[in-house]
Amino acid sequence: MPADFDDRIAEIVRAEHGRVVATLIRRFGDIDLAEDAAADALVTALERWPADGIPPNPGAWLTTTAGNKAIDRIRREGKRDAKHQEALMIADPEHNEGGPHQPTGPISDDRLRLVFTCCHPALALENRVALTLRLLGGLTVAEIAHAFLVPETTMAQRITRAKQKIKNANIPYRVPSAEDLPSRLAGVLAVLYLVFNEGYLTSGAAGTRVDLCEEAVRLTRQVASLVDEPEVLGLLALMLLTEARHPARVDAAGALVTLDKQDRTRWDAALIDEGHRLVRRCLALNRPGPYQLQAAINAVHTDALDASMTDWRQIVQLYDQLLRVQPNPIVELNRAVAVAEVDGPAVALSVVERLDLAGYHAWHVTRAELLRRLERDAEARDAYDAALALVENEAERAHLVSRRDSLR
Amino acid sequence: MTHYLLSVIHDWDALDFDSPETQQSFADTEAFNKDLQGSGHWLFAGGLLHPDSSTVVDGTKAEPIISDGPYVETKEQLGGFWVIEAADLDEALAIAGRASGACRHPVEVRPFQGVVD
Repeated sequence: MPADFDDRIAEIVRAEHGRVVATLIRRFGDIDLAEDAAADALVTALERWPADGIPPNPGAWLTTTAGNKAIDRIRREGKRDAKHQEALMIADPEHNEGGPHQPTGPISDDRLRLVFTCCHPALALENRVALTLRLLGGLTVAEIAHAFLVPETTMAQRITRAKQKIKNANIPYRVPSAEDLPSRLAGVLAVLYLVFNEGYLTSGAAGTRVDLCEEAVRLTRQVASLVDEPEVLGLLALMLLTEARHPARVDAAGALVTLDKQDRTRWDAALIDEGHRLVRRCLALNRPGPYQLQAAINAVHTDALDASMTDWRQIVQLYDQLLRVQPNPIVELNRAVAVAEVDGPAVALSVVERLDLAGYHAWHVTRAELLRRLERDAEARDAYDAALALVENEAERAHLVSRRDSLR
Repeated sequence: MTHYLLSVIHDWDALDFDSPETQQSFADTEAFNKDLQGSGHWLFAGGLLHPDSSTVVDGTKAEPIISDGPYVETKEQLGGFWVIEAADLDEALAIAGRASGACRHPVEVRPFQGVVD
């Protein structure tokens, strides 16, 4: 069978994984059973689709097939507790076989429930990330382990422990109450942004990693289609506008290219376009939040055809707004970079010196660049060295070495 | 329904029983307990005496060995607990949040095994 047909099946199965598993968890109240049945359905799809063709509604086909597989498993393993029996009564495969596959119904609610379960604050943050990628993203344990550079057994344990806690502590499978929703949604977005950043700021070699950025964007799109909340759109826009600059971010030698020196013709125009549209939609909704403001800052950057055309005043204003909703020294550091363009490096340096961020490499980088512009080369050199002692990313290291060595 | 243990672990020596704040926390906890009984979540609760008053019995050998407690020598010791029944962890966490506010200490929420229906 042709390879692109295999790829198409793999793509469909990945895209539908969250939907299938979420529906099964609601029906059977058992994450492990849902995952096993989804895997069974995949095997059946790989056997039948090459001969029969891909069904018109593959998601519904997979959900129905996986549901039947789950019932087979319950019967085979003699799991006959009340919940399972109830599920059997609701949907007996006898009534399904041969009949048309039912449309999947209000499945989007199931996926939303699952997002909130996977990102529950009672789970350790790293476990939330792993579980979200596994259950909603449909990534294999091996893929997630590679992505986070941990041994596969460690990742398997992490996921098993998280699933056990969900079961034992009875972490609910539902959308939180209106009162808890804003804080819980913020937790979900934090997990998605962490996945994105892990992909974007990846430390070490990138060769074997699945594309976490792509995965984060896909999951954020899913959440955006399920909840009507401008911060979700803001996060999506922020990811798209960051991702858009990716092609220009590293040079042929693998060194980082800073924003001011990037070849802007290499930016992804389609992603920028979508990102800008989302930012405008957020502005119209007029309920600003941290992700929307960061997206707006990125929109100003990506609006400039040339670095010299950047509207730095507007960026400073957006950072001021961001500081009001999210006061923290890293935002102040980023604001200082914009201040340097508006008020000059001396003013910016005095802001930077006040921040207690000596353990953060970007603080040293910013200091180094400002000292350099003030022609305080010896101090700049020391600051580059301090940054190099802390930096993990290879592309960034190469960039910093070349900056330091270009000093007189 | 799941049963959860809500435990209050704190530094006993940092606690001033006679201070108005501590007295107020006792009054608030009592009011919270009445609420909990009324809402049907209450199974059992109690405040403990100082860990100095505890005794450890080790009956794993032929003769039980009795020694002065507490079992774990740390500054932070169990001060009191609730056993509640809740629909799920979210409900238990909401109750624990109110419990913590009333008693002025963080509360650890831990499910019991075997009582999920």
